[in-house]
Amino acid sequence: MSLGTTLRVARVVATKDLRIEMRSRVVTNQVLPFAGLVLIMFAFALDDDALLERVAGGLVWLATLFSLFIIVQRSFGIETADGALDSIRVAGVDPAGIFLGKTLALVFQLLILEIMLVGGAVVFYRVQVEPASLVLLVTCLLLATFGLAFVGALFGGFAAGIRGRETLLPLLLLPAIAPVLIGATKATEAAFGIGGMVTSEGWPWVGLLAVFAAVFGVGGLSAFGPLIEE
Amino acid sequence: MNSASVVEMRDAVVVYGDFPALAGVNLSVVGGEILLLQGANGAGKSTILRACAGLVPIVRGTAEVLGTNMRLDRKSVRHRVGLLGHSNGLFSDLTVRQNVTFWAQLVGAGENEINDALERMGIAGRLADERVGELSAGQKRRCSLANLVIRRAELWLLDEPHAGLDGRGRDELDAILRQAVTVGATVMIASHEIERSRNLATRTVLVSGGRIKEVS
Repeated sequence: MSLGTTLRVARVVATKDLRIEMRSRVVTNQVLPFAGLVLIMFAFALDDDALLERVAGGLVWLATLFSLFIIVQRSFGIETADGALDSIRVAGVDPAGIFLGKTLALVFQLLILEIMLVGGAVVFYRVQVEPASLVLLVTCLLLATFGLAFVGALFGGFAAGIRGRETLLPLLLLPAIAPVLIGATKATEAAFGIGGMVTSEGWPWVGLLAVFAAVFGVGGLSAFGPLIEE
Repeated sequence: MNSASVVEMRDAVVVYGDFPALAGVNLSVVGGEILLLQGANGAGKSTILRACAGLVPIVRGTAEVLGTNMRLDRKSVRHRVGLLGHSNGLFSDLTVRQNVTFWAQLVGAGENEINDALERMGIAGRLADERVGELSAGQKRRCSLANLVIRRAELWLLDEPHAGLDGRGRDELDAILRQAVTVGATVMIASHEIERSRNLATRTVLVSGGRIKEVS
């Protein structure tokens, strides 16, 4: 398949996914409130302002990961509910394009979620983002989001045809995205200036996020086809 | 009617694990036919359709679909073949038109082709703007057939296409399939609703034990 075909399929698949979300509003009405509740529950459970501020970065990314499971399940649930993924597969549609399209739709939804969660951390955990740290924070959000979305699309597609996928998916995803949790938490802590960390301490972790996203991006483009084929 | 060979199987064998789902099928289908595969559950009807769609490998014998040797390459023919199984492959949150447009954009079809497919399947007008989740079983089936039209599928493989449809829906489906043949498609139907499908088919083959037993 040519690059043009792959990009066209990606655009069509991403547009379709986002159009379905616009109509069903599952992410808006269910996932965003869920993530917000997780953030608040952490605050209740830890009940210590200083501690909350110190662990805010990790809590933001944990809430993101919990929500990721739901968003990925939903993303592939719409494909399997009436056999649409089978129809797309049978029709010989470029699997790299499908992978890229599912990833882009996930990126869009995750970014909205993460912006809300960072805002929630500022409000509930009283963390501060200095203007000088904004570039680090935005870069971290983008790279971590692409990494999570690549892994989510890859394992979501793999699990789509398997019985018990609802429970299998978190089992597959959690170990795979551990590097993102670690890297994104450290970079976010640096952006928040937690524990005296400075912005420059976050960039090596952003490097890890970039490598992770690149590995799973390239791996997903080549592996998604055989995975959904089987 | 186009009399060129569309499907040509000789001693074709498909196995699921150790079980031979097809145990040496010999089958020829020419362009413009509506072929009925009849037989009991587990006879191998659906496997023949899936083999023609390139979804299962043929491990022995020969098979050509639309001129493609399926033992060497079972993927390149897929964009020319439409398989409609028990599910419709639709997105229930999208409208009929959005579902058809999705496929049109995937294959590079234009607005005229979308309107033509909707017209041919009788789902243009107000129905085109209905959400698929709110449609009847027959209307959903017509929407999924519109997707086959928009994909310009040359070989339609339909597994129990009348299942879940009421009398009117069945009549409409038959009319659609007859019309599809007049504009160049070839249709293979797997069904155990013999009387209904026999009236529609131009030829019937009996499948039993993974083999073609009888042709009429």
